[in-house]
Amino acid sequence: MQSINSKNPYFQGVIAGLPFLLVVAPFGLLFGVVATEAGLPLSQVMGFSVLVIAGASQFTALQLMTENAPIVVILVSALAVNLRMAMYSASFAPHLGPAPVWQRALIAYFNVDQTYALSIQKFEDQPKAPVRWKVLYFFGAATPICPFWYLATWAGAVLGSTIPPEFALDFAVPITFLALVAPALRTVAHLAAALTAVVLSILLAWMPYNLWLLIAAGAAMMVGAEIERRMTLSKGERV
Amino acid sequence: MNYSDPQIWLIIAILGLGTFLIRFSFLGLLGDRELPEWALRHLRYTPVAVLPAIITPLVLWPEATGGELDPARLSAAAVALAMGYLTKNALAAIGTGMGTLYGLAFLLG
Repeated sequence: MQSINSKNPYFQGVIAGLPFLLVVAPFGLLFGVVATEAGLPLSQVMGFSVLVIAGASQFTALQLMTENAPIVVILVSALAVNLRMAMYSASFAPHLGPAPVWQRALIAYFNVDQTYALSIQKFEDQPKAPVRWKVLYFFGAATPICPFWYLATWAGAVLGSTIPPEFALDFAVPITFLALVAPALRTVAHLAAALTAVVLSILLAWMPYNLWLLIAAGAAMMVGAEIERRMTLSKGERV
Repeated sequence: MNYSDPQIWLIIAILGLGTFLIRFSFLGLLGDRELPEWALRHLRYTPVAVLPAIITPLVLWPEATGGELDPARLSAAAVALAMGYLTKNALAAIGTGMGTLYGLAFLLG
């Protein structure tokens, strides 16, 4: 409990957030570059990063827009990528639920992967810390991370039009997605889900309006969940 | 890209609002209520389900080559996947993946 009293939680959050700039900067830059190359004006590129503020789903929407997918497919796919954040929200509720609603709304807006990961780790280390302390820590972490996301996007958008085609930036999007997915393939269930998505996206490629995407992703989620359920069951039997 | 300006703003606005509501859901509206176990189980797999489905056609049939299988892009994807899996480091995966693409594009001319 020493650290709760001796150090300003907002400042602790800022310090903890700083190293994440190394992750946020390249993704923000890349989004700015790729979105500009795809033909979006600066206002819309920034609109994505400021209003949505979620890298993977921004890249998803952008990729589907370059394929001229129907708007419904774009929205469902990009929002599906963000569904994991419902879990973030649920795990914040016991810690931050008593805070005033305007603070919880701001926290929700800034609840990106990095601010979440930092804060939940701290909250679980210090479950008895006052709500105000936790709120300040979260905003501390968000202070460098979120504005830097806007700034990096802006820099990428300004640079974007000057990057020559030899840099093959068309392929930066799939490479970025692979880089985000590969570390997440932690268990057999994750691997099976990903494999299902790959196989179905090939088999269903003939479908119009990018419908294959919704079916492949939906089926892959069910495969992952079902394998996890069976593995938990068989573990239970052994015990 | 064949969307009008208002359509693109509509996509941005709905995506922004929807993402906010997902983030606000339990913290703002549902409070301490627990997510049912089956829902949590499905949520855990959304990123590894959606992203590979998007990646696969981009890797196999890249638009830049007119939809033809491209050895340089295929190798770059394989390197990024292996690197990301082994090091758990997304930036290392992007760096080696794009590096492979540039190297092979240079060699194969």
